[in-house]
This record gives sequence, C-alpha cells and structure tokens, in this order.
Amino acid sequence: MDIRIRGIHKSFGSFAALAGVDLDIHSGELIALLGPSGSGKTTLLRSIAGLEFPDAGAIFFGEENIAGRPIRERRVGFVFQHYALFKHMNVLDNVAFGLRVRERGERPPEPLIRERARELIDLVQLGGLETRYPSQLSGGQRQRVALARALAIEPRVLLLDEPFGALDAKVRKDLRRWLRQLHDKTGYTTIFVTHDQEEALELADRVVVMNRGRIEQFGTTDEVYEQPATPFVFDFLGNTNVLSGEVRGRELFVDGQTVPIVTDTIHAAGPVDVYVRPGDLRIADAATPGFDATIHGTQRTGPILRCTAVTAGTGRAIEIEVPHLHYDTQALRAGQSVRLRLGQFSVFARSDAVAGATPRDAPLLIGSERQRSRLG
Amino acid sequence: MSTLSTVPLQDPPSLPPEFRPQGPLIRRNSAVTESAWVQWLLVATALLFLLGFLLLPLVSVFTEALRHGWKVYLDAISEPDARSAIGMTLLTAAIAVPFNVAFGLAAAWAITKFEFRGKTLLVSLIDLPFSVSPVVAGLIYILVFGRNGWFGPWLFDHDIRIVFAIPGIVIATMFVTFPFIARELIPLMQEQGTDHEQAALSLGASGWQTFRRVTLPNIKWALLYGVLLCTARAMGEFGAVSVVSGHIRGQTDTMPLHVEILYNEYQFAGAFAVASLLAIFALVTLALKSYLEWRHGDELAATRRH
Repeated sequence: MDIRIRGIHKSFGSFAALAGVDLDIHSGELIALLGPSGSGKTTLLRSIAGLEFPDAGAIFFGEENIAGRPIRERRVGFVFQHYALFKHMNVLDNVAFGLRVRERGERPPEPLIRERARELIDLVQLGGLETRYPSQLSGGQRQRVALARALAIEPRVLLLDEPFGALDAKVRKDLRRWLRQLHDKTGYTTIFVTHDQEEALELADRVVVMNRGRIEQFGTTDEVYEQPATPFVFDFLGNTNVLSGEVRGRELFVDGQTVPIVTDTIHAAGPVDVYVRPGDLRIADAATPGFDATIHGTQRTGPILRCTAVTAGTGRAIEIEVPHLHYDTQALRAGQSVRLRLGQFSVFARSDAVAGATPRDAPLLIGSERQRSRLG
Repeated sequence: MSTLSTVPLQDPPSLPPEFRPQGPLIRRNSAVTESAWVQWLLVATALLFLLGFLLLPLVSVFTEALRHGWKVYLDAISEPDARSAIGMTLLTAAIAVPFNVAFGLAAAWAITKFEFRGKTLLVSLIDLPFSVSPVVAGLIYILVFGRNGWFGPWLFDHDIRIVFAIPGIVIATMFVTFPFIARELIPLMQEQGTDHEQAALSLGASGWQTFRRVTLPNIKWALLYGVLLCTARAMGEFGAVSVVSGHIRGQTDTMPLHVEILYNEYQFAGAFAVASLLAIFALVTLALKSYLEWRHGDELAATRRH
C-alpha cells in the first residue's frame, strides 16, 4: 500500500511535535523513522496509525485519505514498544484476537481462525508455544507474538514503535536480521521508529531522519550516511568532528592552514564548518594538504586506535580513529604533532555566519566532496 | 506487615561463620535498633489494644446474642420487623452496589483513559463522600427531596416518595459508598495505561469488545475487591440512612437502624442478634478480602490503601 503524507501538523499545547511533514512511501518498503527523542518520529507513526489525530494535513493509504478515520477502520498492524500483549490470553488467543473480533459476517469460522493463528505463530518461529501466556515468554518471544498478532489482520501497513527498544543487545541484533528476512518474505509495507542510527541503517530500505518535528532528510541508507543533507543528519548518524574552515572559490582552507584543499564541487566564499567522521581523518606526511593537530591521548579498542587530539590552528578538540593495521601505532603518542588529511567530509555554511537563521532550520549545503581514500 | 519482626532471618547458606551477624536473634534485622524489651512492649501493647478494642466487642456481640439460647436468637432475627430490616438492607445493597459498579467503572474509565477539562475536579469530587459526614449527606437529600425541599412539592404532587422511603435510602447509600469502587480502579487503570486498549482497537475491536475482552479481565480482581468493600459499607451504613429513612418500622428500617431501635427499647437480645448478623456479614467480607489480597496481591498492590 502506497502511503502519502501531506502537510501534517500536530501540536501538544505550545509544543509543535510535527511542523509540516510530507512523505511518500512506496508499497512494500521498509522505512525507518529516525531521530532523537522529541523529534516527532513517534507522533508521526501514531498519526499514521490513528492513535493521534493531526491538527492539519492528509494521510493517504493508496488513494484514500484516512486522516480522520478511527484506528479500527484503518487496518494497520501496530506493534507497541512494550508489546501490549493481552496477558490473560495465551499466545494463540492473542494472535487470533484480531480475527475473533470481526463482525459476524466477516469472521472466519473458529477452526479457520485457529489454523490461521497457528500459521502465523509458525511464521514467527514460536510453534509449540501456543498455550503459553505472555508472562511465560522472553522479551524477544513477546515481541514476535505482538508481530504475529498484528499480521493476523492482514494490515495495509505494519507500524512498529521502537520495536527493539526493550530488548538486550544480543537479542536485538538477531531479531533485527530476522525482521528484515520476514519483511522480504511477506512484503508488508513497514514503518518503524528508532533512535538508534545503527538499527535504522542496517534494517531499513530508506530512512527518514527527523528533528524538531520536521524531516531533515529522506533517502536510502547510503544517501543519508554518505551525503547528509544537513549538519544535524551528519551529526546524528555517527561520531562527528567539526572543524572551522574557509572557502575561497574552489579552495578550502581548514583550521587556518595556508595550504588549501582543492575541490571540484565547492563554489563559494566565506567561513564554513567542515564535518568529518573520526575514521575519515587520515594521518599523512607533512606535504599533504590538510591540517595539523597534536595528539593528546590514545586508546586501543580492538582493531581501532582512538586518538584524542587538538587542532593546531583553532585549538578544537577532535577524535581520530586509526585502523591498527595501517600505521605504526606505537609511534602515535601523546604530545606528537601529526598532519591530518580529510577523507570523506561535508561542508556547511558556518552556523554563526548565517544571520537571522538558526543552522538547523536553514541547512545550507555548499558542497559535499568525496576524496576516496587510498589508505596508507 | 509488622515492622517489629522478631522472626530470625535466614542466613544465606554460603556465608562463612565469621561473616554471620553476631548478637541476639532479635537484632538480626539490622534496621531495628530497639532493644528486646522495647520490642516486646510494643508488640504486647498493640496486641492488647487489638484484643480489647476489636476482638472483645466482636466476641461480646455473639455471646450477648446467644445469652438466652438459640431459640431466642432465632426468634429475634425471624420476627417480621427484623426480617423486613434484613430485606431492606439486602435490597439496598443489591441496588446501590450495581449502580456504583457502573458509575465507578465509568468514572475510572473517563479519568484514566481520556484527557479532558475538569479532570482534577472530578477526581476530587469522587473523594467527597469520604470527607463529608454521612449525616450531612443525608441532610442534603432531605433538603433536595424532602417535603419542604427544592423538589419536594413537585414530588408530593406527583405522589413520588423519595425521602422516608426506599429510594431515599438507596440514594443515600449510593452517595456514601460511591468512592469505594472508583478508588480501587483508578490507580490500577492508571498504571496499566491505554496500550492494551489501543492494541485491541488497532486489531479492529469495537469499544464494547475492547472493554469486555481486554479491560475487564485486566481489572476484574480490583473490581471484585471494590465491590466487596462497597457491599460491606452499604450494608453497614447508619448515619446517612438514619436521616433519610424516617425509621418506619417494618418499612424503612435497615439492619443498623433496627439494631438501634431495639437497643433503645431495651430489647438487648434482639439488638445483639441482629447485630451479630451484621458482624457475620462483615467477617465474611473480611475473609473474602483477605483471600483476594493473598491470591491476587500483585494486581491489588497498586490500589492498597484500605
């Protein structure tokens, strides 16, 4: 079921949870709504479900505007963060609930209901646990019962609110992969809410990055990670170093250095912020265009050496991740000065240089330049 | 529940002797620092008080009732006025309790599942019968429905009797017992939130199906507990009913009122016989309540305040 969302607004008192959201979701897609708490992602999900009613805007399932329809008429499968299983019913009765409450004319006969429920219980790999009660199940099993229960009504769209939020890390990872496989098998249009960028990037086809009731970026997982549209998206999707820089034409001067990085895509002038991830800072020889920094401390975690450092020009604290294999990491010690080259980075207009506008509301992407690294 | 527990706590089996708590057994509970004789004194005082002020009167009710033998006892509770009073009490409870179940459920539902203006006012209003003296409650109904009250003349013209008749007794009882069920349900339903109801609705259930198949099973023990308390109070209510009943023997006397009348007429055997019936009702209620607490303590924990 294609889902189109047009101009959704929703306020709680003076707080604007959704400030004008437009979204087009194709049938069969697996979509992540990603953002920090208070970004409006859950409100958006609940608006699609019919658990919240937007103040303005339209929500189309196919050609039908369902914005004013109550939840029971929308036929959405909603999986709650804490599962909301009916604790006085066993697994089979929980899954069968949606079929049993149908009106007499539409309700399948009881043997068929049980058969259908058993199929779904098998689908979520809980065969044999039909007579267990929710209190006798683990968190991951409860989650799967909730999913089977939602699938029983053959929903037009499957909505999951922080589906893995209440599970421990190991179960979460397994369940994530399993959910992806299940989605590929069943093909339901699925939208899930998460504040975990790793979860969103691993599981989803496309990611909606939200902040302050607006969509910052909507794109494939590669797009949002490699071409972040705004400083917020860049920052939210991973560890970030922010360097000060200045652009003159196609030349980018980082951290007050005199040797510029020459780019193809930047054509502007003025102060900028250069966003670069710790893993995209590479240690290079002194002749390479880049900037200097002094190592403050190092910490080895597995194959990665993490260094904290301070830039030479403007004295910003930064973080560098060095693959252990590629350098003589013994040589990287506190107090040592290194030349750093930029791998992949994004350049945004300096936030304090944009008069009269806050940077989050007016993302001014000047350019995003990729210099695919040759390590070493 | 006693914080004066003197039962020695079990040591974890793996604890080597040198780490075991030293000193007299009674001090094992490290939070209790009073010496042994203080603890015994406190326990003894509490027990004596319970014996003297609660158990002794209860026992005396039964001994007084049976002082002149079973025959007198049975005669006292089967004479027409007594039978009428018992019938009145049961009838009052049978009408007031179901009404309070319905209103209590509706109020608890509204308060816990919806947001609306005036919600805090409604919550405070529910507590009103707890804070108002029952006699005042009775007087209010006299003022409203009595012969010279607001609706009195109209009611009189249409030959509708409310005060000094069964409707008045039922209304006064409902007023006094209203909070019991709502107060049991509100904390529990608040704790349970609305996720279950929303899940049921999303699966296509109607409002009624959601209530019957999801909400009601979740609250049934608390509801039953509230019904018990409400019933006990409805049968025992004296003050409010005394004002509106008019004490018409054989017609508008309930059991508590009948006990008072008999007592004032020096018919002690009869008074105690009827009183013993009330005491039996109370004991049965207490037993059921304890059973519910023991059996479904977890679900009632959120509401434990009586």
